[in-house]
Amino acid sequence: MEVLLVSLLNGLVYGMLLFMLASGLTLIFSMMGVLNFAHASMYMLGAYFAYSVSRLIGFWPALVVAPLLCGALGAVIEMYALRRVHRNGHIAELLFTVGLAFIIEKTVQMAWGLLPVPYRVPPVLDRALFHIYGSNFHAYRAFMLLVSVAMFAAIWLLLTRTRIGLVIQAALTHPEMVGALGHNVPRVFTIVFAGGSLLAGLAGVIGGNYLVTEPSMAATMGPIVFVVVVFGGLGSLAGCFIASLIMGLVQTFAVVLDVSFADLLARLGVTVTSSTPLAEILTIPLPRVGALLPYLMLILVLLVKPRGLMGTRDT
Amino acid sequence: MSEGVADTTARPVVGARVGGGLRRQWPWLATLAVAVVVPWLFYDWSTGRHSGFVVAMLSQIGMMVIFALSYNMLMGQAGLLSFGHAVLFGLGGYVTAHVVTASKGGGLPLPLELTPLVGGVGGFLSAVALGYFATKQRATAFAMITLGIGELITACALMFQTFFGGEGGISTNRMTGHSLFGLAYGASIQVYYLIVAWTAIAMVLMLLLTRTPLGRMANACRDNFERAQFVGYDPRVVRFFQFALSGFFAGIAGALYTLTYEIVTFDTVAAPMSANALLMTYIGGVGVFAGPVVGAVLIVLLQSWVSLLSNSWLVYAGVLFIMMVTFAPGGLAGLVQMHGPIWRAGRLGRLVGPYLRLIVPALLVLLGFVLAVELCSFLTIGAAQGKSLTVHGVAIEPRRAAPWAVALLLLGGGGLWLRQAMGRFAAAWGRVSDEIKAPGGRP
Repeated sequence: MEVLLVSLLNGLVYGMLLFMLASGLTLIFSMMGVLNFAHASMYMLGAYFAYSVSRLIGFWPALVVAPLLCGALGAVIEMYALRRVHRNGHIAELLFTVGLAFIIEKTVQMAWGLLPVPYRVPPVLDRALFHIYGSNFHAYRAFMLLVSVAMFAAIWLLLTRTRIGLVIQAALTHPEMVGALGHNVPRVFTIVFAGGSLLAGLAGVIGGNYLVTEPSMAATMGPIVFVVVVFGGLGSLAGCFIASLIMGLVQTFAVVLDVSFADLLARLGVTVTSSTPLAEILTIPLPRVGALLPYLMLILVLLVKPRGLMGTRDT
Repeated sequence: MSEGVADTTARPVVGARVGGGLRRQWPWLATLAVAVVVPWLFYDWSTGRHSGFVVAMLSQIGMMVIFALSYNMLMGQAGLLSFGHAVLFGLGGYVTAHVVTASKGGGLPLPLELTPLVGGVGGFLSAVALGYFATKQRATAFAMITLGIGELITACALMFQTFFGGEGGISTNRMTGHSLFGLAYGASIQVYYLIVAWTAIAMVLMLLLTRTPLGRMANACRDNFERAQFVGYDPRVVRFFQFALSGFFAGIAGALYTLTYEIVTFDTVAAPMSANALLMTYIGGVGVFAGPVVGAVLIVLLQSWVSLLSNSWLVYAGVLFIMMVTFAPGGLAGLVQMHGPIWRAGRLGRLVGPYLRLIVPALLVLLGFVLAVELCSFLTIGAAQGKSLTVHGVAIEPRRAAPWAVALLLLGGGGLWLRQAMGRFAAAWGRVSDEIKAPGGRP
């Protein structure tokens, strides 16, 4: 029971972090058709910017400054590079972001070094908030949850209650029609790309010190965020939200539950020894398979429902 | 009687075709000749040994050529963007490692020359198994499934000991004692010639495949899969066959990798290897059969030489890649192809001057960029490794302002000059192509 509750909370925190990354990617992917491989790089840049800024002026200003820097960088990339590549087709755009991810990773290595940087949780939040069944719930996790819920509310209000939000929603499903109605779709693209980068940067700021701030953090997070976006379905923020939470919970519980197929078979009265065929697969404990689960889920969902969980368009 | 008639009619035709074929295929034969000769240019006659570096690099080029060409069977010819091509390469390599080990133990007297075929079959079977799922989809969904498969197999390779050997990988010994020609394959030069032979075979096979109905249908499904469906072909089946055959060739490349390094680790199936295939193929050019070959040669040369000189080889590769995507989506081969009409009209000479005028500003920008990147790199990574930046014995201190100013000046000034020169070049190019298009412009 205690394991269940603590894991549920941890999974929620991780899921919301994923959603912060994936929501921007979903918006960019749905509107522009660009599978942005550099999105996780923005997350990494957010963490590194926050590290540098917080050393100068503290964590709280960094919480604002670092995402804004990422957003500005996103706007520049969209306006001066992506728009030009757009003429060469979707594949070229996608490959452009792949190259960008390469360069950002190496630039980070050159600017901040190969080793993880000591980006730490601010001392105010570096304590236990409350105890459940003998285990601590860290205050910083509560803070992460708070930030991500606030961000979720902000996006939701922006998309449903403002004019630009309505245009973005319309452009999600019918970009050509929105252009035909006289809206400046390229500018909406820039706004969405910058906004997505800003959210990724924010995720980096609050995720970088919760996890580890290192040059490979983009490469480890990137594929999982892709899985979330495709799993949730194109053009659907709600699907993206559900997928993020599922992924967060699945990954957290996979680490906690120490079982294997062999244990399952043992309950059925079959004992697995090293001479049993496929013994290696059967005896592998679930925590070690945890890293595989997102990809298994991705492949399964694409085979059964190519549009993803709640997708409105073909990928 | 009838045989004689058949002979007399058939012979000239065959002769003409082979002769014409040879004349048209001379670049391939020249490449083969170069591949055979180059190791001897670096042969050290005093010690009687080949340059290990050159032979290793050439071997790497050989296997990467096959790998990139097999990737282009998907990307260029079938329009399928795969992010997990290394899986087929690596699984071919793992299968080969197991077979070579079994062969060494005497359980399987297979000549080493034929082991790439085993790797090919391994790659083919993995492609059949994985492609059954992946090719159900096309476009972005296919790309995402292959990305998932790539990550999945990489994680499996780290997890399972029996087949993949976990993190340490599987090592083997290529001196099995079984050979068609009685060779021991102890020296890497012998393996290199084996690679050359297999690269030639694989290239010819892949070239011929593009001319089969399957190759043509793959093109059709790439260009307009709905119309291909109307004609009566199932695009899914076409994708599946193309994927499976591509797996066969990637497996051959993986087998050659195993024979060269005698060890296969999870790196061979991981994402960077897949990205490598993408990089080589795209920079070389997807639209032309020879494109990936050019890309593979260029990337391996860059990788081997630049990574010796500099820590930041990936930055250069990334920038090159971005430049190609932005300005030359056809790749290097596409750039060459653009000159085709002008060359045929005999006007290429008129572009020599404008090209020469591009060289100096382009070099300045390149120099400035390299200097800036290296300064950055030595400020952090180099300092951590205790290295210092020296050019021809002159130490450059990255903490001083002067080298940075030089780099920025080169980048800025060279950039402005290059922009101006590019404008003039574009004007010259436009004039020449107008002349060709104009009636009477062509004699």
